[in-house]
Amino acid sequence: MSTSIVLAILVTSLATFSSRLLGAISSEGIKETSKLFRYFNCLAYSTLAALIARTIIFPVGVLSDASYLSRMTVVLFCLFIFFISKKNFVYPTVLSAILMALLSDYL
Amino acid sequence: MINKEFFFKGFKSILAPDSPALALGCCFIAIGALLKNLGFNIQESIFSTMLTYALPGSLVMAESLLVGASLLNIFLAVWFVNARLYPMAVSLFPLMMHKSQPRWKYYFSCHFIAVSAWLIMKSKYKDIDKRYRIDFWIGIGCATWTTAVIGTFIGFYASDYLDKNMMMGLAILNPIYFLCMMVGAMKTIQIGASVVLGLLLGPIFYFLSPEWSILLGGLVGGTIAYLIGELNVN
Repeated sequence: MSTSIVLAILVTSLATFSSRLLGAISSEGIKETSKLFRYFNCLAYSTLAALIARTIIFPVGVLSDASYLSRMTVVLFCLFIFFISKKNFVYPTVLSAILMALLSDYL
Repeated sequence: MINKEFFFKGFKSILAPDSPALALGCCFIAIGALLKNLGFNIQESIFSTMLTYALPGSLVMAESLLVGASLLNIFLAVWFVNARLYPMAVSLFPLMMHKSQPRWKYYFSCHFIAVSAWLIMKSKYKDIDKRYRIDFWIGIGCATWTTAVIGTFIGFYASDYLDKNMMMGLAILNPIYFLCMMVGAMKTIQIGASVVLGLLLGPIFYFLSPEWSILLGGLVGGTIAYLIGELNVN
């Protein structure tokens, strides 16, 4: 294994684990019925939603090569499928991959 | 030690028809292929998924390596993207804390905090006796973690057979799955407002600061949603 890649992996895992461990330690004194818990619950959902929106609108990696129009078409179509399938997670998820692979050549 | 009954109950929960195993596995297939294209060998790819176990962080590390960023830059970039794990941990662990359980279980299992496992636990914790929720959580975490490692392994060796369109298809699976799960979780005003505001504010803050956009979007959106919820209750 090359040293620089191993160091990059170690640094990445350290940056990731520190947030997890800090969260586990600081949650010790928090009751699940407290206002602070509700507040962090809101922060968690909101941060995740911000991450998802950023992943779709300003992606990194291979998705950045797909056009904005194709990504938004896939998202809107999959949300439509999600609602008409009575909130089934599987259909929109599987369809998203097929649709994205097909649309990336045309949109 | 770990209660086997609840551990395996958690482990098997990813076999449910609506579990994120499929989306998670497919995304790590894309990561495995990406890492191979970046020059990682199989050990490094597996090592990366095992130790990091966070998709956005792995992507940021890969992109940073590609542009020759320093280790400090990689640390900061990954920390910014993965700081979301802090509020996720604080909003999950109080649901699992029990006096009879040793602390090492909580510190050990915090490594499993990721969107997929977090969403499964959030939707199922009420069905589990609080004393054994940590064992159930470790089961879920081991299952999703194993799925990620297997996905990376498959992606690494299948990369020669995956064209760009297929990679794009695999890469969009996870955000779509998580988006549907988040929309499905909008059952209270607070959660609904949190998700909607996060979706709106994340991209808006990107124009101000790409590095801080997720944290700022989450902080501002979550705070407004909390206040809306509290005012509504009052």
